Amino acid sequence: MANMAQAIRLALHYGEERLGVREIFGEDVGPPLGGVFTATQGLKTAWNSPLDERGIVGAALGLAWAGSRPVAEVQFVDYIFNSIDLLKLCGNGYWSSAGLYPAPLVLMTPTGSGIHGSIYHSHSFDSMAAKLHGMKVVCPSTPLDAYGLMISAIKDDAPVLYLKPKALLRGKGEELLPGEPADEKELRSMIDAPIGDRSRWKPRWPDIKEYEVPIGQAKISHPGQDATVVTHGRMAPIALDVARQLAEEGRGQVEVIDLRSLIPYDWDCVKASISKTGRVLFLNEETEIANLGEHLIRRVVDELFYELKVRPRLLCGKATPGIGLSPNLENFTQPQKPDVERALGELLREPA
Amino acid sequence: MAAKTKAAKPSGGLDPRSALKIHSLMVKARCLEERLIKMSKSGEGFFWIGGPGEEAFNVPLGLQVKKGRGLAHDFLHLHYRSSAILTAMGAPVIDSLRQMRSVATDRYSKGRQFINHPSIPEWNVVPVSPTIETQYSTAIGTGIAQARAKTDAITIVNGGDAGTAEADFHSCLNWANRPMLPLPILMIVVNNGYGISTPEPTQHGEKNISDWARVFGMPHQTVDGNDVSASWRAIAEAMAYVRKERKPYLLEAKTSRLYGHSSSSGANRIAEPDCIGLFEAELVERGLADKARLEGVWKAASAEVDAANQEVKQEPYPAAESIWEDVFPGGLPGSYPTRGGSF
Repeated sequence: MANMAQAIRLALHYGEERLGVREIFGEDVGPPLGGVFTATQGLKTAWNSPLDERGIVGAALGLAWAGSRPVAEVQFVDYIFNSIDLLKLCGNGYWSSAGLYPAPLVLMTPTGSGIHGSIYHSHSFDSMAAKLHGMKVVCPSTPLDAYGLMISAIKDDAPVLYLKPKALLRGKGEELLPGEPADEKELRSMIDAPIGDRSRWKPRWPDIKEYEVPIGQAKISHPGQDATVVTHGRMAPIALDVARQLAEEGRGQVEVIDLRSLIPYDWDCVKASISKTGRVLFLNEETEIANLGEHLIRRVVDELFYELKVRPRLLCGKATPGIGLSPNLENFTQPQKPDVERALGELLREPA
Repeated sequence: MAAKTKAAKPSGGLDPRSALKIHSLMVKARCLEERLIKMSKSGEGFFWIGGPGEEAFNVPLGLQVKKGRGLAHDFLHLHYRSSAILTAMGAPVIDSLRQMRSVATDRYSKGRQFINHPSIPEWNVVPVSPTIETQYSTAIGTGIAQARAKTDAITIVNGGDAGTAEADFHSCLNWANRPMLPLPILMIVVNNGYGISTPEPTQHGEKNISDWARVFGMPHQTVDGNDVSASWRAIAEAMAYVRKERKPYLLEAKTSRLYGHSSSSGANRIAEPDCIGLFEAELVERGLADKARLEGVWKAASAEVDAANQEVKQEPYPAAESIWEDVFPGGLPGSYPTRGGSF
């Protein structure tokens, strides 16, 4: 079973072979490292760039305007803030040019907490990314979705910001990618670079197949009729675990919606679920205050107020300037599994 | 006000036909900009920013562009003082008037952008942005595409002196000079001596901005951008190098800024050397034109701008709902929030 980093690598390989991707670049993206999380190991068009996020985003935009379909990486989303100007141009160039200049690029970057990353390796960028209007934003929570979203992102004519949850990049899924060998040791031996000298190493790529996760389409990872949890990225597997546990314990059936796309988000899916359950928790690891979940709650109030049985809720990161290194600090700042259990328990219990 | 640069000396070198063609394009570009300023002042448009005073450099540049669409042609990453480049390339004056008036027929931006912020895909003119210096970052990308394509086409990026303090300028220098893939980029800095109100020498310790090229062993030149012939030759030399060697070149042109920064500073005529006046004196001295002929050129350009303006005055403003066009290629999903809140 591929982990998420391997799934992204396989999708990029598919992009090189079948979708016209000719430039995959960023800091340490090319050999010998192949990305700090190994997502670009062994790819034939991957190359190392200067340590320059503005240059990376600008280069991607220029390549897209020149008709290429580049995939660029900012090594950690924590470093993306100095390129906001360029990200805005990615988002607004099509609109400001009267639709004359599409920018089909993918900018991928590891996001979020969960790796003891302290102040500058734990940022989330979801809510800020959602304000780069004109740019699409996706964030997978499983290797299969990571694979399918990358293929869709490469094909899309809009610029796509592809957020990779850091804590899930080494995590495996429950589904095989199409064409992936069933034995994960075999996959590793085929596509993971050896430790030590890699100068003569070449990957042996499995015959993987096309698989798309349409951008803008959420996934119901656990059906339920008693309450809804709307989440994505690192929080999605936690929500799924808790929903399964609650179901096993007979405490209620929670419908888990994994958004997968933040912009555009699948409002139709969210609306249908809340109309059914009347109870909703929005769950993400971004900080409170102008959180994307807060926008969604406003929309719930506007459009579903009379269908709610109890008040809608948000569980998210605390609005601190950073995430402290000590586990006591990080775990208190970011939602943890017990917090999700408490929040969903309360949501289910509150009298209508 | 004292001249910032020495008055351009008649340098000759251009054949008569080219010299007269360049003159008429310079005049046309100036008439257009002066009309745009009037429109800003009379309420026929809003903010004005442009490039009157840069014609002696920008027209020779526009005429030497390998114009067209796709990798076999030059890419242009311009800024808001580049109008004379586009006039020289053949951009109709009416397209600028439409953007100034922000009417629905504005083909550059559908009434969304400031004046002198065009996008012209059929000539590889990528969207001009009000953000200072970001064009030097996006130039890296088309430069990479052209380095791979192995044609003689190049990327041309154009900006001002103050903007070179931004990181993007230095990103472009770094990326264009990477040993693993040098880029065919002609980096141009038009040095008009000011960043809005701030004199360049108060903020820049470099003797010449083009000296940044020395770090990379990269060819460079600072030219009198008020001198048509000197500009033509410098551009030709720089372009020939980039086209053949597939490596970058840094060209700095010192010009006047004849109407200040923008309408925000009044857009009134400033007593700096006027490159058109200097060039006309040269044409007369060489016996290529007399006063009557020169007046005829001004009159014809003015009439062309007038006629275009009459047409644009009849055109409608964009429909409010057109804001939802071009957010994403392929359109918006049906459930995209479009109410601006609760109502």
